[in-house]
Parts: sequence; structure tokens; C-alpha cells
Amino acid sequence: MTGLLLNGVTRDFTEPAARHVLRSIDLTIAKSEFVSLVGPSGAGKTTLLRIIAGLDIAHAGRVTWQGEGRPRLGIVFQEPRLVPWLSILDNLLLVGGSDQAERARALLAEVELAGNEDALPSQLSGGMQRRAALARALLIAPDFLMLDEPLISLDTALAERMRRLLNSYWREHRTTTLLVTHNLAEAAELSTRILILSPDEGRIVADCALPPPAPRLRNDRAVSAVLEDLRRMTHTWPRPDSPETGVPKAHSAA
Amino acid sequence: MNRLVSAAPIRLGAGWSRLISAIVLLALWQAAATAIADPALLPSPLATLHAGYAELMRGELIFHVAVTLARVAVAFALAMLIGSAIGILLGRSTALDQIFNGWLIVGLNLPALVTMVLCYMWFGLTEVAAILAVTINKVPTVAAIVREGTKALDRSLFEMTQVFNVRPGRILTRVILPQLAPSLMAAARAGLALTWKIVLVVELLGRPNGVGFQIRTFFNFFDIASILAYSLAFIGAVIAIETFLLQPIDRRLGRWRRA
Repeated sequence: MTGLLLNGVTRDFTEPAARHVLRSIDLTIAKSEFVSLVGPSGAGKTTLLRIIAGLDIAHAGRVTWQGEGRPRLGIVFQEPRLVPWLSILDNLLLVGGSDQAERARALLAEVELAGNEDALPSQLSGGMQRRAALARALLIAPDFLMLDEPLISLDTALAERMRRLLNSYWREHRTTTLLVTHNLAEAAELSTRILILSPDEGRIVADCALPPPAPRLRNDRAVSAVLEDLRRMTHTWPRPDSPETGVPKAHSAA
Repeated sequence: MNRLVSAAPIRLGAGWSRLISAIVLLALWQAAATAIADPALLPSPLATLHAGYAELMRGELIFHVAVTLARVAVAFALAMLIGSAIGILLGRSTALDQIFNGWLIVGLNLPALVTMVLCYMWFGLTEVAAILAVTINKVPTVAAIVREGTKALDRSLFEMTQVFNVRPGRILTRVILPQLAPSLMAAARAGLALTWKIVLVVELLGRPNGVGFQIRTFFNFFDIASILAYSLAFIGAVIAIETFLLQPIDRRLGRWRRA
């Protein structure tokens, strides 16, 4: 039931210098889509996510949920945002219900945190905390799942297992998902659609549909072709601020 | 961490110095009483003990201290409840804070005596008026301290609970109150210190029992020994509550921080 409609969403920053972060974004996300929002740091990805989550306000335009009532939103922030004085299990049950302990334990096992249910967040590594935050978002069986760089700073092998988990979760539940990432390869592996946010215009400059990842095979020709196009496009971006914009140059994963 | 390691030797040292300081105080008192040599004006510690013992045996001392403590307990609980609620609201909403900040300043600076006299004049010399007067005096202090604590709450956790649509009651008990524990304890201490003193005056002005009423009675009879005896008994009760009630609660609330 949960589609999302953005009409002319605009957001300006005045600090440090006045600029458009988002300029009249029009976007429709249909039910069951897995959309990746790709762009270099500072492109406004997180700002757009926060506006959709209701944590930031658009200066113009509107965000509309399709379907009845407020959808159940699940979110994984860039930081884990676990409650420091609650155990990992209690952190999950805070957003779920106390009757969901069994499901919470199962999800913690899926993100490879079995045995850490009673630990406090401070007793876990950063990567473990991020996985607990992912389990928390999945626990509520969200209608709309928002992921803000959920795999950043995880080591390569673990990140790959987490991508597999996200893919199998999406295939099982077809949860409408919005993934914010700077990593085009990660987006290609997980998404049915990739949006490219330009670094300086505050606009969506590319919108490509991909076949559903089931899971994505290596050397998928259709995907490779789209990726090549997107890479060529992102190469032309001016990069005044930092040499590391995060858009990968090499075709590292399929 | 440091506190845990060094707690034992420091506490022992503090205990000894406290004992010595109490003995010195008693000695000074005794010396002053001997110098003045007028038991009516300044009774010796032993004479005060006698007066207190007599009151205890008549059953008066325990009764009046208990009545006063009961008033303190009720007024304190009401003021903590109302003051915390106001403090949390003002801390969470900038708009409400701007509107009611002025009221809070008026409340903080309202002389306790004015509240008491007004309450007695409006509601008569009743128990409700007495409790109300004490509560009104204490609410602004609690609200101001809790408001500052609320303003310092972690915004990122609120954003998380907002997106996940966590029920307000749960946010209060699992996210807000644990962070507010230090502020609530500070408010409890500041409020309690205030309540002790105000309750006695309220009793002195318009109640037929309690330590304050007894002190007025002894004032009329110029019985300084009994006044001192009641004061000491009351101070003893306050210290006992601080040591056996507030400090253990403080330690419990602070547990996760040390984990």
C-alpha cells in the first residue's frame, strides 16, 4: 500500500553559504520498489531522507504518502542511535513490543549478533552496533524502510553478507526501500531503481530502472550497461571540494 | 571509576573527620553554656538531651516529628510530580518555554511567606492550605532544574523514536527519565532542603501540630531547651532520610553510567 510522492521538494541551507541543497525534487516511489539514492557527500541525500522521514522540513513542495494512515517507517541512521542504557534486545523491543522478543532474537541472529542480546551498546564494536540498528529497523516490519549508508565502515566480507541479508529480506517481504549510498556498485546489487543526485545542482539527474535483483548475478549484462552509463555520467561531475567523492571508478562488484 | 576505587579510604576518613567535627561542636556548645551560666538562655547539651527525653517519654516528640515528616512527604511528592511535568514540557517546547518563562521567574522569586499567608487567607487554616503553600513554593525550583536537564537531552534519540513512532509513555520511561535522573535527583535535593524549612513555618503559622507548632509553643514559654531538642530530633530525621533513602536511590540511578 505504501507509495511515496514528492512534489517540488526544495531545501535551502544558509550556513555556511547560501545554496540550494535540493531544488524542486519530483519523485514517485511505488510500492515494493528498492530505490537507491546515489551521490557524492554533500549532494543532499541525507537531507532528502530526513525530509521523507519527517525529521526535516522542505522549504517548498510536499511529501505525500499513498495508502491509508501513517505508514510504519523503519530507519537506519548513519550512526547506530541505540539507547545507551538499554541492552541490545531492549533497544529492539523499544520500537517493537515486549511481545516481539522471539522475533527480535531471530533478527539479531540474522545480523550475526546472537549471544549479544544482553550486552549494552557500548560493549559492542561500531559495526555490531550498526547491525543492531538494522535489526531494529527490520523488527517492526516497516511499510517503508530507509537506510542511510547502512553498510559504510563494515569490513568487505561482512558488508557482502549484509547486502545478501538486505536482498533476501527485500525478496521475501517486498518492502518499499530507500537506500542512501555513495557506492554505485552497492546500489546496483540491491536496487530495482537507481537515482543519481548531482553534487551541485540539488537535482535528480538520472533515474534508471533495473531488473529485480533475485539476487543479482555477477556480469548481469543489462545492469552492467546501465552502470557503465551512470559511471560515465558521474565522471563528468565537477569535484571542487574533495578528491574523494565516493563514486567508485572501478567496476568492483556486479 | 576513580570513585569506586578510592571510595573506601575516603569514606573512612570522612567518617572520622565528621565525628571529630561533631565532638568539637558539642564542646563549643558546652563551653558557651558554661560561660553564659544561664540554663534558661543557653541550656547545656545534657540539659537539652533531658528536655528531649522528657518529650519523647510523653509521646509528643515522635508524634510531632512524624506529623511534620508526613507533610513534607506529601508536599514533596506533589511538587516533584508537578514540577517535573512542567519542567519536561518547557524543556521540550521552545514556544511554551518562551510563554511561561516569565511565570517561572515570578514563581522562583515569590517569597515563601507570601504564599503561605495567602493560602491560609484563601483556604482557611486547613491541612490542604498548608500542603498547597509548601507545594507552590517548591514547584518552580523543581521545574527550573528539570527544564535545564530536558534541554540537554539527546536529540538524536528523539529523532529515532519519532521515526519509529514509539509510544510517548515508553519514550518517557525508557529514553527521557534515565537521562533526567541526575536532574531529578538535583531537583529532589534542592526541593527537599527547601521543603523542610518551609513546612516548619507553615506549621508555626497555622497548624495545631507538627514540629513548627511545638516550636511556637515553646517560644511562648521561653523554653529554649525544648526548642533545641526538637531541632536536633528533626535534623536527625532529615539526615537519616538523606543517608538511607536519597543516597541509595542516587546510586541505583547512576548505575548504567558506571557500567
